[in-house]
Amino acid sequence: MSPVFTLSLHSIANRRLSVLLTVIAVALSVALLLGVERLRNDAKAGFAQTLSGTDLVVGARSGPVQLLLYAVFHLGSATNNMSWASIEHLAALPQVQWLVPISLGDSHRGHRVVGSTADFFAHYRHGDRRPLRFAQGRPFEDKPAEAAGIFEVVLGAEVAARFGYALGQRIVLSHGSLGGEGGPRFADHADKPFTVVGILARSGTPVDRALLVSLEGIEAIHVDWHGGAPIPGLRIAPEHVRKFDLQPKSVTAALVGLKSRTAVFRVQRQINTYPDEALTAILPGATLQALWSLVGIAEKALLAVSALVVAVGLAGMVAVVVASLGERRRELAILRALGARPRQVFALLAVESLLLALAGIALGLVLLYGAGAAFAPWLSSAHGLQLSLGWPGVGEWRLLGAVLAVSLLASLVPALRAYRYSLADGMTIRV
Amino acid sequence: MPDHPTETASGAAAEPAAVLLDALRYRWPGADCDCLNIATLRIAAGERVFLRGPSGSGKTTLLSLVGGVILPQAGVVRIAGQSLAALSAGARDRFRADHVGFVFQLFNLLPYLSARDNILLACRFSPQRRARIAVAGSTPEAEATRLAERLDLGAALLDRPAAALSVGQQQRVAAARALIGRPGLVVADEPTSALDAERQQAFIDLLLDECAAAGAALLFVSHDQRLAGHFDRVLDLATIHRATGSMQAPA
Ligand SMILES: Nc1ncnc2c1ncn2[C@@H]1O[C@H](COP(=O)(O)OP(=O)(O)OP(=O)(O)O)[C@@H](O)[C@H]1O
Ligand SMILES: [Mg+2]
Repeated sequence: MSPVFTLSLHSIANRRLSVLLTVIAVALSVALLLGVERLRNDAKAGFAQTLSGTDLVVGARSGPVQLLLYAVFHLGSATNNMSWASIEHLAALPQVQWLVPISLGDSHRGHRVVGSTADFFAHYRHGDRRPLRFAQGRPFEDKPAEAAGIFEVVLGAEVAARFGYALGQRIVLSHGSLGGEGGPRFADHADKPFTVVGILARSGTPVDRALLVSLEGIEAIHVDWHGGAPIPGLRIAPEHVRKFDLQPKSVTAALVGLKSRTAVFRVQRQINTYPDEALTAILPGATLQALWSLVGIAEKALLAVSALVVAVGLAGMVAVVVASLGERRRELAILRALGARPRQVFALLAVESLLLALAGIALGLVLLYGAGAAFAPWLSSAHGLQLSLGWPGVGEWRLLGAVLAVSLLASLVPALRAYRYSLADGMTIRV
Repeated sequence: MPDHPTETASGAAAEPAAVLLDALRYRWPGADCDCLNIATLRIAAGERVFLRGPSGSGKTTLLSLVGGVILPQAGVVRIAGQSLAALSAGARDRFRADHVGFVFQLFNLLPYLSARDNILLACRFSPQRRARIAVAGSTPEAEATRLAERLDLGAALLDRPAAALSVGQQQRVAAARALIGRPGLVVADEPTSALDAERQQAFIDLLLDECAAAGAALLFVSHDQRLAGHFDRVLDLATIHRATGSMQAPA
């Protein structure tokens, strides 16, 4: 074995250029495969942690995924609201530590407006229980006493970046999700503009794409509205809204934190069987995972494609080694004459392709970590995607093992050919 | 070798023949006639034989049989008294490495190794060659340098990649590789056909001298009768092929 191994090394060194190109091709494909796998896992983990620290999400009776979609992702809309009485009932449950109501329905230039309390900023957690951070400014005023405090808005990072909004900017909300650029003008709450008081840092969650106002703000812009349209002839100036009762009658959903996680299923059952109103409570983590398995098809396709790229890379490697075999036939005959056994000739070629594959895999890992280190800050700031740079996980080891197994199989192709040559050629040196 | 009459008849029981072929028939797979059919051929230890035959007459095939790379359909091949057919495939390869040195017509060397490493390669595959060098109180490296010197190859040449040597130099490196570790038999397959006439004779003389010095028998194959000059014996493959009588052609 040892003469064979040194021969392999020399023979590889002799064909540096083609070997280098082959190794680079394998390395790129391996880096792509592992990169996709890692991004996939990180995206999945990030997705599952879109909302962390919240034990239950509660809304009117609906399917769990639908509730999650509108309450957390602000996609689609609720078929029903839940009454304020239910909110008060839930908040008073002994197991409940905190409750953040959420009111949806308005929008700004295609972005959803989320009405809530200032507690939202305290309790909304994502990823590793990380809170929302303010890039600039402060939360909107909670339970505002002054009329001015009612019309404050906090912008998600993407909203601020997309429209170039700064603190102090006055913006107009639109009724329903149809407002904005192409929407009908009547839907604007133009008479009651909001002032930007805070801009959130990017979190990689749906909050990036939302605008946050107080529940009172939502109520205030609708005091002269009824049934989704302004009441004809009624105009109430912003400075007068204080005179009205701004306590919401209903909200869309609520985020609930419990004192102890162990009570979560009991409280969930309690809410789902609440006699006064038909409600649904979901565990956000579990439902997020269910949702991911829906959207995860694309990500599996991506992995399949990168696996194919690896196959192409290895096929290229086999092609290079097999092509070299023709001109190396005389080399094999020399080795046979010197006493090399056919199985040593076989090992020579197998070791050669295996070394190429190993070098490709190693270089691929270097590329992966290099690119990871280079792009992680950008991925995090631009896409809120936390790229992990730790050791390969179980899935990645499994992929590496598969790549190695396939390259082992691939290395048999030239080796078997050389084996056959060395048996058939005898001592005839073919040129 | 009591099982073999030729061996006892020759009376050389002390030292078995370097090569002994008996009732040998070989046919390449797929061919429709025998490539070789040799009643008997004997090369004594240390004997230097010139084997000639036209192109395609089976000279290289004969060498493959002598090396045990291929096995005959019938008959016996004995090298230094050992029947090759009696050995397993692996043992045959080891036996070839230990007892037979080869020099080919062209492209004898691995282009990616230095001349020195090409010579040493013969020792890599053969524990016996290493052992014989050690018994003589030398090392493979020293032995390679010594042989190269005798074959007119300077030390500077030895560290060059084989691909950077002239054809004549390559053939001498190949001769050194065949001879290192004193195998009992050196087999040369038209090693001079790529050399000009002047250097052909010089190479053959070197090879003859070194085989004599190493005590190795030499089986030199060529289609060129003019090179037969200094050999102990000249054989014509055409006369031993399918021959029934004695193949002991006169020198
Ligand atoms: N590996 C092989 N497979 C099949 N047939 C072969 C093989 N090697 C040689 N032959 C056939 O055996 C016959 C003898 O070939 P061989 O190479 O032994 O001739 P040679 O005397 O060495 O010729 P040359 O002087 O041209 O080298 C030829 O007809 C050849 O076609
Ligand atoms: Mg020939």
